[in-house]
Amino acid sequence: MTASPAVHVSLRGVTRVYEGSGSGRAVHALGPVDLDLLAGEFFAVVGPSGCGKSTLLEMIASLAPASAGSIVVEGRPITREVPEGVGVVFQEDACFPWLTVADNIVFGLRRQGLAAGETRRRLEDALALMGLAEFARAYPAQLSGGMRQRVCIARTLVSEPRLILLDEPFGALDQQTRLLMGDELLRLWRETGATVLLITHALDEAAMLADRIGVMSARPGRILEIVRTGWPRERDSRIVTEESFGDITGRLWRKLREESLKSMAGQPLPA
Amino acid sequence: MTRVAFWRAVVVLLPVLALEVLCRTGVIAPIMMPAPSVVLRDLVTLLASGTMNGAIVKTLGNVALACVLAIVAGVALGALIHRWPGLRETLEPLFATYYAIPVYAFYPLFIILFGLGEAPQILIGFMLAVVAVIVNTLNGLDSVPRVLGKVARVYRLGPLATALRITLPYAAPYLFTGVKLAVAYAFIGVIGAEFIMSRTGLGYEISFAFNNFDNGVMYPLILLILVIATALNMSLERWEKALLRRRGRH
Repeated sequence: MTASPAVHVSLRGVTRVYEGSGSGRAVHALGPVDLDLLAGEFFAVVGPSGCGKSTLLEMIASLAPASAGSIVVEGRPITREVPEGVGVVFQEDACFPWLTVADNIVFGLRRQGLAAGETRRRLEDALALMGLAEFARAYPAQLSGGMRQRVCIARTLVSEPRLILLDEPFGALDQQTRLLMGDELLRLWRETGATVLLITHALDEAAMLADRIGVMSARPGRILEIVRTGWPRERDSRIVTEESFGDITGRLWRKLREESLKSMAGQPLPA
Repeated sequence: MTRVAFWRAVVVLLPVLALEVLCRTGVIAPIMMPAPSVVLRDLVTLLASGTMNGAIVKTLGNVALACVLAIVAGVALGALIHRWPGLRETLEPLFATYYAIPVYAFYPLFIILFGLGEAPQILIGFMLAVVAVIVNTLNGLDSVPRVLGKVARVYRLGPLATALRITLPYAAPYLFTGVKLAVAYAFIGVIGAEFIMSRTGLGYEISFAFNNFDNGVMYPLILLILVIATALNMSLERWEKALLRRRGRH
């Protein structure tokens, strides 16, 4: 009998309500969400625009408070501080424009007080992995949007987090680069054994990368269904040519279509 | 030399050349103003004699002190006000009207409070400079994307580390504009104050020379102030351009 994998992140009844200011009414944005992320798995969340996918990620990272429910990371309820061992890649450009690519990447490592040799080794690995070796001394303004996003991904990965939270990290990349970056992400995931939560609006990206995919409803976002892809751990972007890949994306779309229509008819969230 | 630099030089040199001609031909009497070439020669002689060294050091020292105090206090106050929206709402209209108030009108009060020493001059330089730094610090902090605040939290930076390592470096081009203005205002404040409430400094020496019809000192010192202020401003401008180029804004 094999032991079931440990739960890395556990959400129970997690809800987010934006209180209306003044006489404005409260907006129920998310939840209740019950979800377990298993240690070492690659979990993707897809859902219609405005369903609270990014809010869900930010709540797990302690960057946004939950209105109700509990979030436990590595057995400890989260506090106001981002849990140790968590790395986040945001969808917005989060490069530091005053630092070179190399200094951006090692920003977090310098705070960890790693030995200079180890910092250099991780930096060189990250530069090579992200195809940024020639741009180590360049400033973000000299790079394309996609390259800047790769800098942000590298900055997160060099810290070797145990839980990697990715909020539409490939949104600024072209399709070919997305597939190749996906390959690299899968390789890193296998090598580090980290747990990955990927928020994405791209069904093919979720189907290619994830072990399990949570499909969210229109606002207030709830997990409607969890689709298991059944891919082997050793996989890469070539699986997009497999017949079952189309089955998975088709299943995701059937579930999402109705929710997306509901979302398009709904009102935007207050700023 | 670029075309723009050439035309800029023409704009500056043409009036100087015109003045030279007007002075040399006697259209402007020597008692009113010596020719620019004479002013330049007198300045070189004056600097070589060393008689003005004390005044130059005094003025530049006071400008530097007013400037440093304004930058340190302005950045700190700007960062503080930025954290408290209520305080900002209260103070912002006051900042907007601040430069409508002639600070020199308070000089009798400053003399009563601080005497005729250097403190009132530094205080006037500081008062003129500090609000420009505060306003530009606020603008700079407003420009910081919210996502960088989230990145700071992911790296578990406290408020001070976030300010020093993320928000202030991001806002640096705006802070630099504040610094540039602070230098200019500190010059105006200190030299202006030396005219009316001092017994030393370049402003006092110009005023003294004026009262004694000493064109051989007055005009060279005016030229000296012009040269120092322009050279400083141009150096800061070059530095600012390099900073902005790095950010892809130039």
